[in-house]
Amino acid sequence: MELMTRHETWNITYRHALGETASFFFANIRDHKKIYGRRCGHTGRVLAPPRAFSDQSLEPTTEWVEIGPGGAIEAFTMVYEEFQNLPPPPYAFGYVKLDNADTAIGGFLRGVDLSDPEAAARKLAIGTRVTTHFAEKRTGDVLDFWFEPANG
Amino acid sequence: MNNTRVGIIGIGQSAFRARRDDASYPDLVREAVTIALNDARLELDDIEAVVYSLSPDAMVGIGNAERLGVDAVGARNKRFLRINTGGATGISSVAAAYYHIAAGACDVCMTAGADKVGECGDSQTVLNKIWDPTYERALPLGTINMLAMSAVRYAHKYGMSQEDMAAVVVKNRRHAAMNPNAHLRKEVTSEEVMASRMISWPIKLFDCCPQSSGGGAIVLASEQFIKERNLDAVWITGLAHCAESYYLGDRMGVGQTADHADAHALGVAFQRAYKMAGIADPRRQVHVAELYAPFSNTEFHSIEAAGLAKPGETVPDLRAGRFSIGGEIPVNPSGGTLCTNAIAVTAMIRVAEVALQVRGTAGGHQVKGARVGIASGNGGDHQFFGTMVVEA
Repeated sequence: MELMTRHETWNITYRHALGETASFFFANIRDHKKIYGRRCGHTGRVLAPPRAFSDQSLEPTTEWVEIGPGGAIEAFTMVYEEFQNLPPPPYAFGYVKLDNADTAIGGFLRGVDLSDPEAAARKLAIGTRVTTHFAEKRTGDVLDFWFEPANG
Repeated sequence: MNNTRVGIIGIGQSAFRARRDDASYPDLVREAVTIALNDARLELDDIEAVVYSLSPDAMVGIGNAERLGVDAVGARNKRFLRINTGGATGISSVAAAYYHIAAGACDVCMTAGADKVGECGDSQTVLNKIWDPTYERALPLGTINMLAMSAVRYAHKYGMSQEDMAAVVVKNRRHAAMNPNAHLRKEVTSEEVMASRMISWPIKLFDCCPQSSGGGAIVLASEQFIKERNLDAVWITGLAHCAESYYLGDRMGVGQTADHADAHALGVAFQRAYKMAGIADPRRQVHVAELYAPFSNTEFHSIEAAGLAKPGETVPDLRAGRFSIGGEIPVNPSGGTLCTNAIAVTAMIRVAEVALQVRGTAGGHQVKGARVGIASGNGGDHQFFGTMVVEA
């Protein structure tokens, strides 16, 4: 027998409130090209991205600490496959521990030729020093900044 | 801890495929339920409670699909709850069914569900939505990219080549070829894995699980019920969960409590389950393992978290055949998640497969003499881990 299917798409809109902590973080990126983390009073770690509270103690974090713009790659991948609603490949992104932070923050990794994955992987190896770059037009979003190898 | 022993008395699973256009979502759930009830030699009226196994709604494209699925598990007038811990959902559902019985709330509880991942054209888009909209949603995070970064850290920490990852695929595909319910049943060579197209470096197409459609169901009962009805059972002797905090970037840098290279919380969950089961030396006491590993690289840190090998030894041990059928401790004799992933029930199938193994009815992929087996499930952003020990 003929087996039939039915096509569906979901298109749902949200307007997410970012809260005080992330609003401060993004306003400083947008207006001053500065990145801040929050210190966890329980562990002393500077959390980036900043959180309002410690996930260890649930106590409020204690102070703003300016971090970066230099840092080191902690993890990365390079994507060669196209996924719906994700950027056109190839692209690289990963996590960078910015100077004065203790945790790593996610961002795109640019300034490396991705045409040969094995060669590109060596240029993005864990520990590689990077510098934060800021978009000319900034909207207060995680895409306002990205990282490039410092010696690239 | 009380003394109620809980047994697995019925197991149902679909033959998993890319698509099941002959069956709607509730049809697939009912298919697994029917197989499990027949296997248990029970009637629907014998089931007192149902735990519904359903991970992110958007994967099946039905908001709170347990509303629709309730009919397919025959839960009218019964205790009913839905469980969702992402990829761990299936094993969390078995645990919730276990708790119903161990708490004395009822004697017979079924868990069931299904998934039709193949009907969703955008599974990584769905999985991208599990990330925080404030800081991380705009990044191209998905489960493949997340675990590709785990591979990069694992390789950096312990040493692991892409050929080592391919060895996991070759092993699991060989196992799956013997399992009629597995989705990807074609054996592959290391060369074919290495030649498959790059997805998220270092993960290539053949290092990835498929998007599967099918259902799963397990019937659990109290020891008293099993004895009164003179039923066959295998026993859940240990079970546990452990959660990890949310931010991937917190599992890196300075002073982290867990490393994204590893599966730290999975290790804690295994230690808890082993303690409950009285297993002091898993390397000697465990005969078979079904460990949730949707990408080839993640099988290595899962084996370590299960205490079956030390970090750094796992890669050479796997390549030497220690975790193959016929080896010392076969891991994923069914082919595992790498060969079949119907997300809502995948971790339930890990339990089901281990139960079949210790029952001695696994068929072509039976591990000879297996009497103690372990299963695991991982969900969230490598965050929610469930573990189980099943014994004959």
